[in-house]
Amino acid sequence: MTAVVDPVSQTTGPVASPDVERQAAKERRRRGFLLALPAYAYLLFFFALPLVAVAVFSFATRNRFGGVDLAEWNLDSYRRLGDDIVFDILLRSFGLALLTTVICLVLAYPFAYFIATRSETVRNIMLVFVLIPFWTNFLVRNYAWRLLLGNDGPVSQVSQFLGLGEVRILFTPLAVVIGLVYSFLPFMILPLYAAIERIDWRLVEASRDLYATGRQAMTKVVFPLSLPGVIAGSILVFVPSLGAYVTPEILGGAKTTLLGSYIVSQFLTARNWPAGAALSMVLLTVMLTTTVIYFRSGGRNL
Amino acid sequence: MTAVGPSVEPRGLPRFAMRANAWLVYLFFYAPIILLVVFSFSDDRLVGRWGGFTMRWYGEFANNSQVQQSLWVSVRVAVVSTLVAVVLGTLAALALVRFRFFGKKVFDALLYLPVIIPDVTMAVMMLLFFTRFFDVLDDTFGLQLTKGFGSIVVSHIAFNISFVSIVVRARLEGMDETLEEAAVDLYATPWQSFRHVTFPQILPGIAGGALLALTLSLDDVVISQFVAGPGSTTLPVFVFGLIRRGVTPMINAVSVVMLVASVTLVLLSLLVQRSRDAADETG
Repeated sequence: MTAVVDPVSQTTGPVASPDVERQAAKERRRRGFLLALPAYAYLLFFFALPLVAVAVFSFATRNRFGGVDLAEWNLDSYRRLGDDIVFDILLRSFGLALLTTVICLVLAYPFAYFIATRSETVRNIMLVFVLIPFWTNFLVRNYAWRLLLGNDGPVSQVSQFLGLGEVRILFTPLAVVIGLVYSFLPFMILPLYAAIERIDWRLVEASRDLYATGRQAMTKVVFPLSLPGVIAGSILVFVPSLGAYVTPEILGGAKTTLLGSYIVSQFLTARNWPAGAALSMVLLTVMLTTTVIYFRSGGRNL
Repeated sequence: MTAVGPSVEPRGLPRFAMRANAWLVYLFFYAPIILLVVFSFSDDRLVGRWGGFTMRWYGEFANNSQVQQSLWVSVRVAVVSTLVAVVLGTLAALALVRFRFFGKKVFDALLYLPVIIPDVTMAVMMLLFFTRFFDVLDDTFGLQLTKGFGSIVVSHIAFNISFVSIVVRARLEGMDETLEEAAVDLYATPWQSFRHVTFPQILPGIAGGALLALTLSLDDVVISQFVAGPGSTTLPVFVFGLIRRGVTPMINAVSVVMLVASVTLVLLSLLVQRSRDAADETG
């Protein structure tokens, strides 16, 4: 369209000198910068600066009074990551986060495939019913499981009624995994759905025309095409699971301390801020690494 | 979108398994929420047992002054942080979609971070920041501030800006830029073209972003817990404390109230989205 209009405007309109054009471009840049400035300044001061503060504190030393000495920088807090207690917590947290991610993927993939292959009306209705729990208060959703899994709770009552005996899941790692899957399953479903919905189904038909079995079409065509969704969903489940605090506090027991709870305890009870800051840096590193992997693998903005 | 042909639908056992899985996922999503609502009306001291219908836990909720107080703090925090975040986030979205400027890539990354950063990390960041910041203010100006309402609002704005800007940005990117150009060609000032052309079109995006910000602010536990001060706790932080001390039926009632609030916000934002789609189809 512009190709048709351009010659006309060039012959009839005033001829812009390069100088005027440069001025206009400069003016636009200035205006753009001014528009961004309030949010930019806000995030630099109230987000980037706090981020730097965590990094600085992670190299600091805790003094005798529970305060923090910023003067002498050292790596003590990072060396503590190798301590048995901390290492166990890191290992357990990574394990549970990984388990949560795998369970979410197994549940969400067929589910997302199912939604993506429905008619538009059915699809929209099904999506709304995924979005409602997605945006429902996080604390309340975790509390609901506390109620369900309690010793006299409905799950246990049903199991006793069926003659299977009392269920004692609450305060075990299993309860934490259930809570995490429940909390983050929509984070897996939505990117998977978006990826599968975008698939050009003619490719699948072509593969079938070339005598691919249903299974082959699934594993060799559909799955590879949905890979960006798989990666995005896995990151969106893994990272918050790793740093989870509310879920393990409500559903987990004293013996199953996870990274998130441990970091919080370093700040609120143990008052070892440098150690807590160093562990936060670990979380941050995992987050940044996975995000870079995602964008490197050709992922788009979520 | 290409039409979905018959070859994409599995047959036999896989087909059955896929359908069963879909129903199970929905059951998994909704059974806990529904049971929570049911048990909030149960007249039994134990939280997960049915003991006949009662409204007394809601009465207890209504008469608990601490709950009332923290609820009020939550509402104020949500409203103030949403208002500020909507203005800043919308401006940021406009700048990113419509302009090129110095430091744009850094800004883009900075806006993206609060969305993916784990709660605990952000909570730690804000705690350290405010502690140091208040120390510095005290040392240099003799200004004595403590954590509380202000620090909670500031932290909530920090993550809400990002979410608002993402929603508004999506809306702006889907918008026809030639309309703005037409307005400028017809001698509209930049302000007029924004006021009469751009703004009405991105309004549903702004409304959606605002509802999202309200929801997130009312949802937050971890960050608020770290930057709250004595006498200014939000409702989720207060309830979280109650749960850790031991569950009581009153928590069921409070939870249901929070549940209703967040579901209302979700439905509202879906409605906004729907009206936006309808406008797209007719417009």
